[in-house]
Amino acid sequence: MRLIFEKSQPGRRGGELPRPDVPPAEVPADLRRSRPPRLPELAEPEILRHFTELSTRNFGIDTGFYPLGSCTMKYNPRVNERLVMLPGFRDLHPYQDEDGSQGALELMWRLQEALIEISGLHACSLQPAAGSQGELTGLMLMRAYFADRGEADQRDTIVTADTAHGTNPASVTMAGYKLAKVETDARGNVDVAHLREMVNERTAGLMLTNPSTLGLFDEHIEEIATIFHEVGALLYYDGANLNAVCGISRPGDMGFDIVHINLHKTFSQPHGGGGPGGGPIVVRETLEPYLPGPAVTKVGDAYRLDHDRPKSIGKVRGYTGPFGVFVRSYAYIRSYGPGLREMSETAVLNANYLLARLKDAYDLPFDRLCMHEFVLSARSLKREHGISALDVAKRLMDYGFHPPTIYFPLVVPEALMIEPTETEAKETLDAFVDAMIAIAREAEDDPEVIKGAPHGRPVRRLDEVKAAKRAVVKYGFEDHVGLAGDPAEPRQLEAQKGA
Amino acid sequence: MAATESYPGELKYHKEHDWARIEGDEAVLGITWFAQDSLGELVHYEPPNQGDTISKDSPYGEVESVKAVSDVIAPLSGEVVEVNQKVVDEPETVNADPYGDGWLVRIRLTDPTEADALLGVEAYKQVVAES
Repeated sequence: MRLIFEKSQPGRRGGELPRPDVPPAEVPADLRRSRPPRLPELAEPEILRHFTELSTRNFGIDTGFYPLGSCTMKYNPRVNERLVMLPGFRDLHPYQDEDGSQGALELMWRLQEALIEISGLHACSLQPAAGSQGELTGLMLMRAYFADRGEADQRDTIVTADTAHGTNPASVTMAGYKLAKVETDARGNVDVAHLREMVNERTAGLMLTNPSTLGLFDEHIEEIATIFHEVGALLYYDGANLNAVCGISRPGDMGFDIVHINLHKTFSQPHGGGGPGGGPIVVRETLEPYLPGPAVTKVGDAYRLDHDRPKSIGKVRGYTGPFGVFVRSYAYIRSYGPGLREMSETAVLNANYLLARLKDAYDLPFDRLCMHEFVLSARSLKREHGISALDVAKRLMDYGFHPPTIYFPLVVPEALMIEPTETEAKETLDAFVDAMIAIAREAEDDPEVIKGAPHGRPVRRLDEVKAAKRAVVKYGFEDHVGLAGDPAEPRQLEAQKGA
Repeated sequence: MAATESYPGELKYHKEHDWARIEGDEAVLGITWFAQDSLGELVHYEPPNQGDTISKDSPYGEVESVKAVSDVIAPLSGEVVEVNQKVVDEPETVNADPYGDGWLVRIRLTDPTEADALLGVEAYKQVVAES
């Protein structure tokens, strides 16, 4: 496919603007362009066809199944989009006064209440814009809490698991804490004996995902919570895997004190391309005074923004947080209503169905019932046939599926992490399993076809090392003779119009 | 160019896939063939500073591939006397020659008896077989 600059023809235009009938504004000479900007010049249908063609090269959940699951982004129901486009939500200005934005404030208040109920805790801040910001905010709350108790200097360490998302250790470091990593035991739980060795009065807290990134619910979670609470430390719940337990078990009941919830994962906010996300945090009563503001409060029948929080760590995002995200996630939660647990139950059922059908064809490092996701290993395929997890992932593309997460979590060699979510039909799950089994067979019979994959996609295997080391982030006009010329001068353009 | 699998008999090994070549009161450290093969081609090496003290079983640097960023665990304790600048400049040297040009640091040992706790080649091959 040719680049849009390669399709450009000097002087061609997509639309006509009327000539100005007022004197042009005076632009100071030193700020004036000496030549027109270098833009591609095409007629409107050519532009439309170019970008439509590009969009067909994309793979998304609207075009096919991808086993990245809620960890990346699950299906975004269309009704959410309809609701967020209601003029009362869409056209609201952040400086609109409280009396003029009661509906929006009520929605935020109701969302806060729903998240409090789902997490089994006490108070919510909708401010953080993503899970990673929720993590940092949560750790700052811990610091404020300990400072208030005169323990800020004493407590300098946060424990994370060796299966943790990479954001956990990054947040710990960014928040100024030391990091201690607890190992995983043979059943895929946190190694409690190892944990006991490292937790003491210097420990500020634990950051844990439950279920873990192995897709396993920690069987000792209450004991773990006790170990931390006994030394006065706090527990932080990374809500990235909340999709497994909504309405079934609550982080607050497990013993967690602070939770972040990824609205863009569990609660279906679309965030392709990096945003917008939402990472509200929910906390136990003892931590409420430190929450970032403003919070939405209900006073009688009215909804107010409460800025009166003398102990607050301060704002972590502009205005009241990512409002459009709140509308979609609230709509999503309400669309399930009291049946929200069905979402998690179906997600867990779908994952276990895939696991049961795939565990003979691939290695399963922890052979237990899984939660909403599970981790296979291509270790034997690699040893016996030289086929790695990367090869399997690339070959899946030829079968019409997006590859799953690979090489994570790090504790599993040649990891393939699979999360189907609750929305996929049995026929789709079966087709995915059939492809995975076919690839395992190909590894024996015809490994070369896998090593050369993908075969039928717009691009073949990319040089990831070169991309990491020598990323080219700017189009090199100078490398493309014929495109490097200066754009036509304005007077020429005038003459060529309609050509 | 990737090296072929090997584990030289004269080296001492750590179960986190690190090796040490002990030379008097100094040692040269690196990661094993298995470690570089698991990571894939390295794109970055974050070394310690010359003069830093590193401790056995703790991270002293990081290596990064397109798959993962990984701590490098010290098999022995000591003071860093030299960092392999060639690997800083061309991290893929580790993939090509993990036990030769791809060494990571040279240290002055604080406690040479620590080496007794390291694995010999046969014991380490057992670790690899179970990994």
